[in-house]
Formats: sequence, C-alpha cells, structure tokens
Amino acid sequence: MDKLPIKMKAVDLNAWFSGKQALSKINMDVYSNKVTAVIGPSGCGKSTFVRNLNRLHETIPGATVEGAVFLDEENIFKPRYDLVDLRRRVGMVFQKPTPFPTMSIYENAAAGIKLAGRVPRPVVDQAVETALKQAALWNEVKDCLDKPGIGLSGGQQQRLCIARTLAVRPEVILLDEPCSALDPISTGKIEELIHELKKEYAIVIVTHNMQQAARVADFTGFFLLGELVEFDVTGKIFTAPRDKRTEDYVTGRFG
Amino acid sequence: MGQGDIWFKGFIFAFAASIPLLLVSLVVVLFFWAWPAIIHFGWSFIFSSAWDPLADNYGALPFIYGTLVSSLIALLIAVPLGLGCAIFISEIYKSKTGEYIALMVELLAAIPSVVYGLWGIFVLAPFSAAYIQPVLGGMFGFLPLFQGPTSGPSLLTGGIILAIMILPTITALSREVLQAVPYSLRESAMALGATRWETFKVAVFGPARSGIIGAIILGLGRALGETMAVTMVIGNRPRVSASLFAPAYSLAAVIANEFAEAVTELNLAVLIELALILLVITIAVNGLARYLVWQTTLKK
Amino acid sequence: MIREIKERCFLAAVFFSAALAVLPLIAVLGYVFVKGIGALDLNFFTQLPAPVGDPGGGMANAMVGTFILVGIACLVGLPVGIFGGIWLAQYGSGKRGFIIRYSADVLSSLPSIVIGIFAYVLIVATMKRFSAIAGGFALGIIMIPVVTRTTEEMVKMVPRTLYEAGLALGLPEWRVSLQIVFRTAWNGIFTGVILAVARIMGETAPLIFTAFNTMYWNLRIDQPMASMTVQIYNYAISPFSQWQAKAWAGSLTLVFIILMVTLVVRKYSKRVYYG
Repeated sequence: MDKLPIKMKAVDLNAWFSGKQALSKINMDVYSNKVTAVIGPSGCGKSTFVRNLNRLHETIPGATVEGAVFLDEENIFKPRYDLVDLRRRVGMVFQKPTPFPTMSIYENAAAGIKLAGRVPRPVVDQAVETALKQAALWNEVKDCLDKPGIGLSGGQQQRLCIARTLAVRPEVILLDEPCSALDPISTGKIEELIHELKKEYAIVIVTHNMQQAARVADFTGFFLLGELVEFDVTGKIFTAPRDKRTEDYVTGRFG
Repeated sequence: MGQGDIWFKGFIFAFAASIPLLLVSLVVVLFFWAWPAIIHFGWSFIFSSAWDPLADNYGALPFIYGTLVSSLIALLIAVPLGLGCAIFISEIYKSKTGEYIALMVELLAAIPSVVYGLWGIFVLAPFSAAYIQPVLGGMFGFLPLFQGPTSGPSLLTGGIILAIMILPTITALSREVLQAVPYSLRESAMALGATRWETFKVAVFGPARSGIIGAIILGLGRALGETMAVTMVIGNRPRVSASLFAPAYSLAAVIANEFAEAVTELNLAVLIELALILLVITIAVNGLARYLVWQTTLKK
Repeated sequence: MIREIKERCFLAAVFFSAALAVLPLIAVLGYVFVKGIGALDLNFFTQLPAPVGDPGGGMANAMVGTFILVGIACLVGLPVGIFGGIWLAQYGSGKRGFIIRYSADVLSSLPSIVIGIFAYVLIVATMKRFSAIAGGFALGIIMIPVVTRTTEEMVKMVPRTLYEAGLALGLPEWRVSLQIVFRTAWNGIFTGVILAVARIMGETAPLIFTAFNTMYWNLRIDQPMASMTVQIYNYAISPFSQWQAKAWAGSLTLVFIILMVTLVVRKYSKRVYYG
C-alpha cells in the first residue's frame, strides 16, 4: 500500500455547509490504476468528500472548505489554481444520469471535447466512438447517434454520462453512487466497466451498497458522521476491520 | 351524488362558464360597435394615414406603426438587459443579495404605469432629447431612423419607457425558467471542465430556451397593450415618420386620449375598431408564443 | 486563451446588463420618493382637489374613490374567479375545462384599455353617463383570470387524501369542497386575491372613460368617481407646476400602498402570480 503510486491525496480536509461541518480532518489517498470505494450511511459525508476532489462542493451557496487535496503532488486548493483544468483531469459521474436534455447522444458524448475549442469533426467523431466503446455503449447506440440522449434507458443514460466523462481523457474518475438509480442488470454492466477502466484511470466510487464495494474496489474507506473511520484494502475492511464501528456497519448492525 | 352536489356543481360551473362567455361577448360587442367604421372604410382603413375627426376621415396606419415600432424598440432594449439580469441573479450571483435583487425586480413590476408615465414626462423625455437622441444621431446619423430634429416626447422615448416597464416581467419570468433547470445539469457541465459561460451555454440555455421565448413574448404582449406610460411620452401625433426622434402615436394611446371626447358616431366606431385591431394583434402574439413554446418543447 | 476571453466577455456582459437594468428602476423609485415627499402634507389626505392658484388641496376623494372602485371590482371578480377556479380544479380536466382555462389566459393577455371599452359600451353607453359601476366592472374583469388561476392552483395543491378523508366521514361532496378543500386552500387564494387587488389599484386606462373623474366628493356608484390613478394622470399632463407636484405626491402614496401590500403578502407566501 505504501509503495503504490499516489494519484490524489487529501490532507486534513474539512468541509462545511452553511457553518455545519460535513467533513472533519479527512486524510485519504487515491491510487493510480486502482478503484477506491467510499462507503458509509447516508449523510456521512462521502459525497461531500468526492465533490471536494474536483472542487464542486464549493459551488453550492454557503459551502466552505479548508485543508488540502493534492493531485500529482500539486495542491488543488492553492490560490489561482485552474479549476477548468482540474475538472478536466478529474472527471465525475453523478448519482442520477444527467444527459443534457436538448442534445443528441452524439452531442452529449462530444459535449466535453467541444468545450476545449474548435476540434476538427473527424477527431471528435473518433473520440466519441472511442469513449462510447469504452463505456460499452457503442454497439447499442451506433445507429442512432442523432437521437436525443434522454430517450435512452436509465442504464444507457448513465453509461452515456460515463462516456461523456471519458471523452475528455481525464486521469481520475469520480463516481458518485452511479448505480443507485439503476436496475441490477445495468448495475452489473457498469461494474464490469469499472473493472475495465481501472487499467487506465484512478477511480473513486461512492456507494451505499457494501456488496458493490466488495465487488469492485481495491481499497475502501468507511465514513461516519463526517469522519474517515477506517481506510484499508477492501478485503481487510470487510473481513478484519480494526474499528468496532466499521465492523458494526459492514456486518449490517446499523446504517 | 346527492341533490346538493348537483346544485353545487351546477352553481360553480355557471361561474366558470361565464369566463368564455365574457370573452366571446367582448369580441362580439366590440365588433358590433365597430361595424359602422368597418363597412365605411373597408380594408383601406388599415393602410390609411388620414386622421381628421372634423371631416370624419380616419386611418389606422400611424397607430399600428407606432404600436409595433415602440414595442420592437422595447424588446431590443429589454431582452438583452432582462436576460442578463436574470442570468446574473440565478447563475452568477446566487446568494442572499441575489434574492433581494430578484425581489426588488418583482416589486417593480407592480408599480402602476401612470407612475412610469409621470417619470417619463419629467425625467426620461428631457433626458432623451438632450442626451440619448444626440448620441444616437451622432453614431448612426447615416440611417434615416436617427435623423431629424430631436424631441422629448417621441417614438424612441415611448420605446424606452416600455423597455423599462417590461424589464421586470422579462427578468422575473426568465429567472424562474432558469432556476427550473436542474442543478445537476450545471454540475455535470462543470465536472466536464466547463467555464461559467460554457456551463450556461451547454447545460442551461438548451432546456430553458422555450421558457425564455415565452417570457419574451409575454413581455411583448405587455408592451403592445400598455397604454398610460406610452400616451404620456410618445408625443401623440398621428403620422408615420422615418425618424425615431419624431413624435408618434399608438393604438392604445389614441383610444385613451380621444374616446371620452368622440364627437360623432363614426368617430366612436373608428376608435372601437382600433381597439379591435389591438385585440387581434395581442391575441395573435400570444398565440404565436404558445406555438413557439409548443414547438421547442416538441423538439426535445 | 479564447475560452478565457469568452468567459470574461460573458461575465462582463451579465454584470453590465444587470447594472443597466436596475439603474432606471432605481431612478423611477428615487424620483417618486424625492419629488413626492416634498409635495405631501396632511391636507393631501383630507382635502378635495384645489383649483389652480389656491393653496393646499388634496386627493382625499380620489383615495376613497379608488377603494370603492376596488370594492366593486371584487364583487364582480371574486365570485367568478373563486368559484370558477374551484370548478376548474375539481372538474376541469376535460374539454370544457380546457376552453375555460384558455379563455382565462386570453382574457389576462388583453390590454386593459380594451376591457375599458367593453365596460363603456355595456354600461356607460346604456346608462348614458360615466359611473363607478362601469369602472369597477372593468377592473373586476381584469381580476378574474388572476383569481381563477390562483384558486385553481391552490385547490389543486390540497392533497387528495384530505378530500377522500372528508368523503369517508360521510360528508356530501359539496360540503367537502367548501368546508375542507376550500378552507385549506384559502390562505393561498387570499394571497392571490390581495396581489390582484394591488394590481388593479394601479390601473388607469380602463377608468378614464368609465369611472371618469370628478373634483368633488361622490359616494354614489351610479355617478362619475375619482380615482388616484386618473387624478395622477390628469395632474401629470396639466401645465401647472402646482398640479404636477400633486401628481408626484399621489404617485408616492399609491406606490407606497401597492409595495407595502405586495411585500406583506409576499412575506406570507413564496409564490407570485403574473397576471
């Protein structure tokens, strides 16, 4: 664990919503080419934590933050840090699928690339195809790329959002409960996808589903009441937790 | 259903049904009263610029022109400003202060038009003649629109007062539309590395577009029918001039000024026909708004 | 780099338009306040309009007139609006509901001066004289669509379970409608009614050839009646500075009443209705 390359590192991270503390003193690492799961009961701060990794937390009125998060050894909270660049390097997929409602499947997948400026059409085409293939959606949509993105099923929409994120070639992917609005089959597909993606990316997944964490994650952090109670290799968290609270949670005694 | 229920249902239905009845009778009654003018002048009424109550010779063109052009000026000014103001409140400065600005804008929609007119006579019209018109004339004087002597009460001043009056409507409605766009879409765009402009363009404007069009057309509807403020600053001269600096007249203004003093039967009928034209224009504009909103919603 | 320039332009444009939008509005309020406060005194609220040259004089009759006109408008507009709204909420899902709702929408988009003409030909031309009834009738029609829509929305917001609970108690439908559903929705409806009243108080156009105007006391509703808005208008377009000052004072009073009413009502309800 100590020898693995660290992609992101949170140091004494505190966060508040209108003065109410949501995270206190979080210290946690995210490793390259590994899946890191963040688990805990609702309201424990797990979403707030990942939303600080791309600094989306502070866009909510009244939300504040303190501490540091390093991406490749550079503090993303340092003054004048380029947020646009950060969010391109650290992509995010949300709980509910959020395709842009007025855009087609193609336009949705290309939305991120097109932001970067004028890109020649063949390049965009190529990137869209690659991203949709990576997101395991290509075969299902290749004949209807100009149909509206919101016409797809929930699971397909979520994979479209993943493709949209992949298309900008990020280094880290944050998944905030990506399967909570999906049926078991779609969930299975996304979990397979996560296995594929970790070959290229560092992945952080927030989930309230412990089986999911056990299935997909290499490392797991357990959050409770805004604190990181325990962080370790996934197997250890589920079989031999050090903290009593972690044990209570993973054995289903509360939450 | 008991006896009481049947009575009650019939009772309240009578009130509900009186609304379409009222509307239909309004149109029929106006048409009936305008009939003498309609048969007397025929279609040429719409294209004639005559206005001579003593000789009983009338035409509607200057009023239609004044109404349409002043409303157009109002839209040209109020749409960018109102939309910008709405974006400021809902996208850029979304905090307590933004809420207060929004509240203030909504309160301003409640100020009576006669008050805007009063301000228009004593503040805006002199300001328009002394500063706005000379500056516009200097910049765009090569266009006939901005030539000729300046005048406080004028088509341009009428358009500006209308712009000020429909600003709150457009701002408040656009803001509501923008805020109805789910926050998750904005977050998705930001998570892709979009700047604020790009977030607006990519995630907000698309879903909000039809609603914004609706807001604009509602503002236009308000401008077309607005009476008092325009009457007080447009100059009240029934002539079609190429220059925006010249005094003009609007449909609502001529009715307000001359209706109580209509001398002949035909004069009264003419004024009611003008009201009928105004009615047709506003209903058409609202129908168009509905159609556009319906179309853009369908395209989703 | 181009992205950054675009971003800067966007922010600049938005700030600029917000500032430019608020500026004239502040100017209007500022002028009304400054010019109005200078012309206000106690006489303004207690005396009749004075002829040019005579000192003093006020708008007392116009203030009373405005309240009488609003009262008549409520008598016309409220029953139609409220009962019509209840019908729309409870039975208005079909074709008849569509027609009624559509008519209300069209009615609300009509210029108020057109409604004034309707009141003129219906009432003034029949009675052969200007009267408060005609003015109140015109204002009442303007109220109808606003009140109808508010009532419908508020009644629809009452949970269906409440309605069913009433029926389960064995109450007849009409009693449930009035005593349970309507009462629950009443607070919201009241808000809508007050906002509608605030709006018609500021109407001038439908009054100038219906209620007309008078410089004297009049409480008879079959006679011409003064109103604050028409009085402000007449004073504003007069050539005498003494009368113009009264127009500012009247504007301040009217704006104060309308803004206070709107603000107080807004405190109790988050929603605002655009008529």
